[in-house]
Amino acid sequence: MCGVCGCDGQEANHEHEQEHEHVLADGQVLRHRHGHDHGHDHGHHHHEDHHHEDHHQGQATLVRIEQDILAKNSAIAARNRARFARTRTLVVNLMSSPGSGKTTLLCRTLEALRGHRPVAVIEGDQSTSLDADRIRATGTAALQLNTGRGCHLDAAMVERALSELPPPTEGVLFIENVGNLVCPAGFDLGEARRVVVLSVTEGEDKPLKYPHMFASADLVLVNKADLLPHLRFDLQQLYANIARIRPGVPVLLVSATTGAGLEQWLGWLGPPSEPRAQA
Amino acid sequence: MHELGIAQGILDIAVEHARREPGRQVRSIQVAIGALSCVDTQALAFGWEAVARGSVAEGSRLEIERKPGRGFCVPCGQELEVRELGAPCLQCGHYQWLLISGDELKVLSMEVL
Repeated sequence: MCGVCGCDGQEANHEHEQEHEHVLADGQVLRHRHGHDHGHDHGHHHHEDHHHEDHHQGQATLVRIEQDILAKNSAIAARNRARFARTRTLVVNLMSSPGSGKTTLLCRTLEALRGHRPVAVIEGDQSTSLDADRIRATGTAALQLNTGRGCHLDAAMVERALSELPPPTEGVLFIENVGNLVCPAGFDLGEARRVVVLSVTEGEDKPLKYPHMFASADLVLVNKADLLPHLRFDLQQLYANIARIRPGVPVLLVSATTGAGLEQWLGWLGPPSEPRAQA
Repeated sequence: MHELGIAQGILDIAVEHARREPGRQVRSIQVAIGALSCVDTQALAFGWEAVARGSVAEGSRLEIERKPGRGFCVPCGQELEVRELGAPCLQCGHYQWLLISGDELKVLSMEVL
């Protein structure tokens, strides 16, 4: 094979009679002619010169990688998970759209758990510590994470939070994610359970429109049940839609305002359970 | 939505592996993007061009292999292709299927020169 043009040397005018130039990797410029019957120039060892050979051959090498792009987040989530296993902390990732009543429900839950189980909360919002302040008012330790322009919490943020807020031993750590039905679903935080909150003012078709969130839920809480008499909301249609996206997931109807359904929700939280298996 | 972050993740992997091939540049990189991974391939290609600038992968070609979603339909007892979450099984029309694959985001290989 011709080392200049890569052909098998059979074509006409193949002797590369014209002068041509090579620019080596170090910037050196060589000008010469090639012929197939030529011997090598003494001062110019084409086939031994490493850069020259690379330039002629231009052989690209294929490097096999087979690596998950989001591996970094998964690795940190695994570290978090291991840490929670050591302190036997049940970690719940609470997700919903903004305004579903997550924080109100959480405050109600914390008041019910106080004195019975150690609890702590990691709060996620773009801005302010308003939610963490409300949590602290219940007597629960809380740490506020502000994501700025970020739209979800990730494992690294949770890992950093844990250095300031140790997970409660034999207790429950609630992570209230940024209000967003899209992005948080894609980021494992190291939690044991994912709870998605949906309020009755949001429409029956939410699960169909935001399938990835609902498909990842271990429990769906349907909040603001006290408002049902004022709405034309089809609860059965909602249950059917949830079942389409996440067959078999438990769904609880609750009201953070009246306390309806709270017993069942606390029952589901139960004693500390095994970490959730990786999807 | 996070295509820039995903592009950065791809770059981190490329740079890590390029370290083992000193003096060589990345010419192209092959990634597998699952149909259900919610990644906009155009936005990803655009993001790739931006993050790779100034790195060993500058100017390289991002080759995206789209992987179809595969699910297992419980009523049918069969594997099927799935295009999106919430879609019914094309054979029996039920919604009782489990996702097997289709949300992967993987760097498969890269060409260095």
